[in-house]
Amino acid sequence: MIDIITGIFPYAIAFTIPLLITSLGGLFSERSGVVNIGLEGLMIMGSFSGALTILSLEKVLPHGSIWIGLLVAALTAGVFSLLHAFASIHLKANQIISGTAINMIAGAITVFIARNITGSGNIRIKLGLNRVSVPVLKDIPFIGDMFFTNTYMTTWLVLLILILANFIIYKTSFGLRLRACGEHPQAAAAAGINVFVIRYISVFISGCLAGLGGAIILVTYSGEFNGSVAGLGFLALASLIFGQWKPLGILGATFFFGFASTVANVSQAIPVLATIPAIILKIFPYVVTLIALVVFSKSSQAPKAVGEPFDQGKR
Amino acid sequence: MNLNSDKFRALWVALISVFLGLVAGAILMALTGHNPFEGYTYLFQGGLMNIERIGNTLATSTALFLTGISVAFAFKTGLFNIGASGQMLMGGLFATAIGLTWDLPKPILLPIILIASIIGGGLWALIPGLLKAKFNVHEVVATIMMNWIAYWTINYTIPAYFKGEYLETESRIIGNNASLRVEWLTDLFNGSYINLGFFIAVAVIIIIAIVLDKTVLGFTLKAVGFNKESAKYSGMNVNKSIILSMMIAGGLAGLGGATFYLGYSSNIQIGVLPAQGFDGIAVALLGANNPYGALAAAVFFGLLHSGKGFMNAMTDVPPEIGDTIIATIIYFAATSLLIHKFLDKITAFFKGGLKK
Repeated sequence: MIDIITGIFPYAIAFTIPLLITSLGGLFSERSGVVNIGLEGLMIMGSFSGALTILSLEKVLPHGSIWIGLLVAALTAGVFSLLHAFASIHLKANQIISGTAINMIAGAITVFIARNITGSGNIRIKLGLNRVSVPVLKDIPFIGDMFFTNTYMTTWLVLLILILANFIIYKTSFGLRLRACGEHPQAAAAAGINVFVIRYISVFISGCLAGLGGAIILVTYSGEFNGSVAGLGFLALASLIFGQWKPLGILGATFFFGFASTVANVSQAIPVLATIPAIILKIFPYVVTLIALVVFSKSSQAPKAVGEPFDQGKR
Repeated sequence: MNLNSDKFRALWVALISVFLGLVAGAILMALTGHNPFEGYTYLFQGGLMNIERIGNTLATSTALFLTGISVAFAFKTGLFNIGASGQMLMGGLFATAIGLTWDLPKPILLPIILIASIIGGGLWALIPGLLKAKFNVHEVVATIMMNWIAYWTINYTIPAYFKGEYLETESRIIGNNASLRVEWLTDLFNGSYINLGFFIAVAVIIIIAIVLDKTVLGFTLKAVGFNKESAKYSGMNVNKSIILSMMIAGGLAGLGGATFYLGYSSNIQIGVLPAQGFDGIAVALLGANNPYGALAAAVFFGLLHSGKGFMNAMTDVPPEIGDTIIATIIYFAATSLLIHKFLDKITAFFKGGLKK
């Protein structure tokens, strides 16, 4: 049993990390009061721009290209998310519709451009990210095998961003302003905070992080852009809700969902797990999210003003 | 011309959104080195150039039309149904399951299949409806979760029980007695995909329009959508209305599933969350939540979808241009405040002109 767990663990982590970073992106947007169901599309945009960058640079800079690709992916998705910000902040559009439009535009336009370049609509990159073991720590029995052997650098990067996000949201004045905009924008505005600016920055951060998530999938386990991230953006949204809009809650939720999905993916190969029907494991994240919504319906930690356009005149 | 009448406004907003979407598509084609005029010529020819292609356009519109009405119906009653994709899948699963299992004569089997698809979609929407009514869980989140539960349910159920002859990823082909395609219609349209689904959809629209406008039920649902508190105060059962409205919306999307998987197509595929569910949001928006407006919007989107294959065959323009245009139109429809401001300026200009 221990062997199975240590065997699955690296895969579960690899699957959890893009989910975690995307969900953190959603956290920034929603805590500032803007619903972002466009996470799926932003991930696709990240995966696409990352793949395109790496494809064009990998001959010149074999390893550097991957990191440049990740950076470009984050920035491209960040800029793309400004479309959502413009619609929902400036034009007071329905944020659900705008988010849906983001998903659809990303899914269509990326494949459109990819087909113009490669013909097939897929972009395959030659090199992925190498796995590295952390010196010294990898020698700790059991824990060393699970956490510090054959890890991706992106995993550590994402965990660093998690710590940073926690710090920014709870310990800085920007974080306080961001939370104020999500809870009571009119009060925030009365205190002299520019709600529009804070919300724009938050949505931009959410785009960058979701784009990074999409590109991490590309450079770690998938190796190609194919116009889809198979619903991971929505799984990240479920994690955000299940984690009750808190960074550490999100860490727990994404790992929980990531582990369940990984078990579902490998269950056929491992006899002990084959007894659990894979369908149960696959629908599990969505069902527990629905249950969590019911359980927390009286005490939900959702930002109070999430989804509401900011209207200066409203009190 | 009175630009401020609500219906006129809605029409103008829809037309301008479509125009902007087409312009965006043209710019994209030009940027990627294609000729937009050539592209659009083939796109529209592909959807309209002969009776067979017109039939295919109408067949493509059918599911869009029903998911659009599903979203529009929910909107009218104050709910946002973003789960039409999942409801469509479940309707399709129920219909396919019965179509592949029961060997009955067509006139008996078809009504059973259609009712089954409505029940499938309706049940799938019942859960978000209940959660909304009893626990105030937002229906958007609940229907998104239900979409993915449907996706994975189909993903495992089809290969396990209805596996196709050659491919693991699709169900067996349904028999002729379970298909919505009928010979005289296929012949009339020179071998097109058009099927009874289109006529069923049109009949359903008329029924829905009558229910919404002329019945107590429709009045109650709209009143609850308009203002929950006042509806409650006048003695309407708000919870029951929410659940019922979600179920009707789900049933409509489920029926869309039957027309798609047993009419347009002849089996159900796994690993796809049908785009019609989301395109339905665009149909409802462009149609300004009006059943007849939705019909026009669905046919237009059906045209873009059915013409893109021909365009791709005649030019190098990738078929995803069709999806890009639809997605852009949704974005412009969502940001219609801009268009409203523009129309306000035009109206002000004309009025100013008349005064002088």
